[in-house]
Amino acid sequence: MTERTILLNELESDALTELVNIGVSRAASGLRQMVGRQVVLSVPSVEVVSRAAAAALIRERETGPLVAVRQDFHGALEGQALLIFPEQNSIELLRSVAGDLEAHELADMEDEALLETGNIVLNSCLATMANMLERPLEMSLPQVIRGEGARLFVLSSDPADAGVVLFLYINFAVSDRDIRGYIAMLMDLPSLDMLKILIGEFIQRVLGEDDG
Amino acid sequence: MTVAVLVVDDSKLARIVVGKAIAALQPEWSRCEAGSAAEALSLMGGRSVDVVILDYNMPDRNGLDLAEELRGRFPEMPIALATANVQDEIIARARAVDVAFVPKPVTEDGLRGFLSGAALQLRSRSR
Repeated sequence: MTERTILLNELESDALTELVNIGVSRAASGLRQMVGRQVVLSVPSVEVVSRAAAAALIRERETGPLVAVRQDFHGALEGQALLIFPEQNSIELLRSVAGDLEAHELADMEDEALLETGNIVLNSCLATMANMLERPLEMSLPQVIRGEGARLFVLSSDPADAGVVLFLYINFAVSDRDIRGYIAMLMDLPSLDMLKILIGEFIQRVLGEDDG
Repeated sequence: MTVAVLVVDDSKLARIVVGKAIAALQPEWSRCEAGSAAEALSLMGGRSVDVVILDYNMPDRNGLDLAEELRGRFPEMPIALATANVQDEIIARARAVDVAFVPKPVTEDGLRGFLSGAALQLRSRSR
């Protein structure tokens, strides 16, 4: 929290949370269309932490293996967006999205359904934020990653990974189904300076338009 | 009598944005704000409010829960829910208690319909 206040002042941090809230709300509306059930969201958490600490924040809430759909984004901001589920939820998600399928079909379709769901949720979230910040973001193709939190968040021996990232996450759950997970975003340190500038401009636009 | 509008949102920035849109559309109205459902209820215990605009996703209690409670107490009050979360279940619950939708991010255009409807409703009631 202390580091975060150094990076972003109160209003900037408030604006970022609101941007994420709007992006994720749109994404939840898209996910709702896919699964046919209401998607319940938490309020966003925004932290400035190391990648390892970000992984630990998810890890300490989850006991089983995780599966994630990850998309990298590039442009004014650089980072990764992830849709993360407990692995045991992914078949249930597939059933919700694709309807009742034979067992062998389920296995074949699992990654495809995850990619498609992740793509829709993450794109709608990032596109909404990019539009509000008035900067285009390029999105890589989604990929499915299984394993530990550390793997999901691209922990490597790269010295750059030792630095802090902006870590945003939100819990979601699908009503009447055993499906829940996280929408998470990690932004690399060089992006944080740019993010501060873009948020400043955003605040100026929404507050300053008719002053003076 | 001056119309009093209450804006409830956990984001200060969002409250400012909504406040500015109201000021542009209904400059005569008086505005007050609250950062949570609990704060809104305590504020409404101490003063009269004619129109309420609520954020949906807030810590503790969400705006729809608050809207349902307010509707029970104020059957005719114009109430709007501001959200980008346009899921069918949320829309259905809002409609069931006669709560209007305002898309987020809130703009003058997005708020215009609700505010003019509310103004009309309040005028016709005071006649």
